[in-house]
Parts: sequence; structure tokens; C-alpha cells
Amino acid sequence: MTTTEDRSLPSIGSVCRTRAGVELKEFFRQRESVVFTLMFPVILLLVFGAVLDYELGSGVSFTQYFMAGVIAAGILGASLQNMAIGIATERSDGTLKGLAGTPMPKSAYFVGKVVQVLVVTVAIVAILLVIGVVFYDVDLPSGADWLTFAWVAALGSAACTLLGIAVSSLARNGRSASATVTPVALVLQFISGVFFQFSEVPTWLQTVAAVFPLKWMAQGLRSVFLPDALAAQEPAGSWELGRVALVLAIWCVVGLVLCVRTFRWQDRVDR
Amino acid sequence: MKRYGDRNAVDGVDLDIRRGEIFALLGPNGAGKTTTVEVLEGYRARDGGDVRVLGVDPAAGGRGWKAELGIVLQSGAGDSQLSCLELLRAQAAYYPDPRDPAEVLELVGLTEKAGARGRTLSGGQRRRLDVALGIVGRPRLLFLDEPTTGFDPEARRQFWSLIRSLRDLGTTMLLTTHYLDEAEELADRVGVITRGRLVEVAVPSALGGRGTAPAVVTWTEDGARRTAETASPTALVAELATRFPGEVPDLAVARPTLEDVYLKMIGEPA
Repeated sequence: MTTTEDRSLPSIGSVCRTRAGVELKEFFRQRESVVFTLMFPVILLLVFGAVLDYELGSGVSFTQYFMAGVIAAGILGASLQNMAIGIATERSDGTLKGLAGTPMPKSAYFVGKVVQVLVVTVAIVAILLVIGVVFYDVDLPSGADWLTFAWVAALGSAACTLLGIAVSSLARNGRSASATVTPVALVLQFISGVFFQFSEVPTWLQTVAAVFPLKWMAQGLRSVFLPDALAAQEPAGSWELGRVALVLAIWCVVGLVLCVRTFRWQDRVDR
Repeated sequence: MKRYGDRNAVDGVDLDIRRGEIFALLGPNGAGKTTTVEVLEGYRARDGGDVRVLGVDPAAGGRGWKAELGIVLQSGAGDSQLSCLELLRAQAAYYPDPRDPAEVLELVGLTEKAGARGRTLSGGQRRRLDVALGIVGRPRLLFLDEPTTGFDPEARRQFWSLIRSLRDLGTTMLLTTHYLDEAEELADRVGVITRGRLVEVAVPSALGGRGTAPAVVTWTEDGARRTAETASPTALVAELATRFPGEVPDLAVARPTLEDVYLKMIGEPA
């Protein structure tokens, strides 16, 4: 080798810090992503909270129920939708190809994305909680519920991030990713118990929803925000937290395998 | 010494590029220029042949190898929300011994655009930003894939002087272009590639036998335009000088242009 090895390469840690900074600037400076990912759940909460002002029984307001759903939808947006559209865009406009030609360790790119998802997710959850508490008297979780909150959010976010990275490889560009992923996410939100009670969804659609992670994230979060008395209204008659963890973990594995098998640093080589 | 030789979608490309030179790969669209360069850059796998770039097989090139390369892709860098200076700082952070981002902006003439985002730049400025990103890592070898496509003549001239100043800094460059004047202006040597084959490698003035081809001498005598093809134009001009009392009217000595020999090589009717 004639390459000079005495000039040592920057450490992976320092490149990861650089990538994290880049990813945060890319997200928060882009009006579309901020409005779409951050403000959409906030607007949903404000509108639904104002319009659907009724009680579910046991003195629980619909907003309390919706809180779990809208946070799950927010996590889905920050992870799956954000990754699928963002990475498809970066692949089609040559950003990824450019990075692949530099000595940047490839892992640093994904670390940067994970930091972006984490920061955006925490921001969404915090904003939703503040609005819920200030405007709609939402009761915050207490004690061990915070722990459930943390693992459901973390596991759901991990599964959806991996799936989003995998889905990005299917799209031709960012716009086509958006056109595909956005309607699918919307349909999933309707059938997964985000906008109204899951028990009101027809049984066959409940079955469809149960294949995907959103339903399980929303269910896990309901166990956090709703009194245990309402567990009886769930299809299984309980929160099924064990199954929530299992399904989300399976999606993590499936997503990871798909990512490893499908991730491309370049657009499909034409000609 | 860097040894390149590659057989892929291109078949039969065999050349060496020397340290410190600017080598231009010239050829029509679809001739295999980009394919060849992308094999050398490590983007494409090859089906056969022996390739060494900076002593390393690109297919096995790691971070240390990439740290010595600068790549300016045909497609350019993507859209970003970062400013020019921020982009260069981030890029510099991937390399062991980067250039100062502010100095690189100065070198490519974008100092005034340091705080501007990519999409507010003109086409020529964007391309200079691409070059800035390619050289901030202080590469020993810089790939430039059709760097001036779509430039107006003035922007092209500015770009050429940038490339010359990079050569003065000791950067070896492999340039692809389909502009003959660009190859003639910049390159120490030119390789012509057509239909995936490298048909000739030469200094621009000798390409296609240009250096030894008969010269065409033209002048005006007795009110008529005279033309003579000759291998010894100097002797003819000396003889003409004795025939006329002062200046030889409308005297011109021409060799075939690069365009003439190039078109002959790529097999298109001249």
C-alpha cells in the first residue's frame, strides 16, 4: 500500500458527532419536514381535542385516549415516514453516493439518522404532553407507567426507524416515497385506534392493523395513559404488554434484515 | 505510479496515469467514460481486469484509501439545508488532514457565498461547490466527471483556472469531458474512449497523428486563394517569403484541429 497511514483517520465518535449535527440541521431547517412531522400531530391533537369532547366512561375523556394514539402517530411520523422520505430523497439526489465516496464510516451515517429520530421524537412527545396537560387536562402517567412509556416508545421507534430505512430503498425518489408512505400511514392511523377507539374498528380491519407496529404502539401507550379499568375495552380484554413487546421486537428484526439486504448507497445503476 | 486497466461495461481500457498530471478522458456520451471512472472510484464492481488506484484495488479500498481521493460526481452533490461553509466543515471532518474550509471556499471563489445554501447558487457556483467538497480532504487524486457540462463560456474559463491552480498545488486529476477545447486547454494527456474502448492516449497536440500530419498552408497569389498540403511547411513559407516583397498575403499555416482528429477517431463523418 502506498497510502500514507501516518495521517490517522478521524475517530468514528467524532464523525458520528458531525453527522448528528448535520442531520439535526437538515431536519429543523426544512420547513416541510418540520411542519409535516412535528406540527401535524400537534394540529391533530388541537383539532381532535377541541372537536371530540366526550367521555369514554370511568371518567376518562376522549382526549386522554387520543393522547396515546397521537403520540404513537407522532413516533411513526418521526421514524418511519421521516426515514423513508428523507433517505429516498438523499439517495435520488446523490447525497448518499457522495457520502459513500468519502472516508466517512458508513455506521456514522446511521448513527446520525438515529440521533435525528431520537431528538425529533422527544420533541414531539414533549410538545404533545405539554399541550395535552395545558389545554385538555390530560393526566400524565405516574410511577411505573413512565417506564412502560419509555420502552414502548423506544422499541416502537426502533422498529419504525428500521422499517423506514428499508422502505426508502423501494421508492424511486423522495416524492414517490412520500406519495406511497403518507397514505399508508394515514390508513394505518385510522385502523390502529389513533383517531377513534380501536374497539370501534371492524374486526377484520383490527386483524389487518394487528400485523403492523402502529396498533401495538398505540395499545402499549394506552396502558400508560388510561386507567386499568379501560383495559376491558381492548379486544383481548387486557393491555397485552407482553405481546406488544414481542410484535415490536419482531418488527425490529424484520426491519433490520430488510435494511441490511436492501440498503443502497446509489440510485439503481442505469444503463 | 498509478496503474489503471479495466474491462467492464467498458472493455479494453488500458492506461497509466502519472502523478501530478491532468489526464482527460474524452469521448462521446455513452462511450463508457463514467463507467470507467466509477470503477476507479470504487462505485462499480468490474467483471475482470486489473485495476490499481494509488496502489489499491478500488473494490477493496477502505477508509484510508478513500481519504486520498477526491470525487466530483457527474450528478453533483445533493440538496442540503446546510450552508456552503457548513457543508465543507462537515465534509472536512471525515478526512485525516483536511484543508481549511474557508481557504477552500476562497480557492473556488465562493467566499461571498459561505453562508448561502446550495439551492441559491447558480449552476456554475454549484459545480464549484462540488469541487470544493472534492478537494477539502486534500486528495492526492481528484476525479472530475464532466465538471463543466452546462456552463456558459465565461464560467468554463473561470473553472479552468481553478483546475490549473489545483494542479499547481500538486493534485493529480482524472477529468472526463466531451468538450475538446477543455481537454486541449487543461490536459497533459488525453485518452479517447469510444464504445467502451480506449482508442488512443497522447498529449493533445499529438493526438491522432496531429503532430506529424501534413500541414495546410494557404495564401493569396495573383488574386486567387492558394492551398498546399506539405510535410515541410517551414520550407514552403521560406520559399513564399522570397516570392513576395513584403508580407505573404493572407498567409496561414494550419494543422488538423483536435476536433478533426477526434471526429475521425470516434468514427463520425468529419
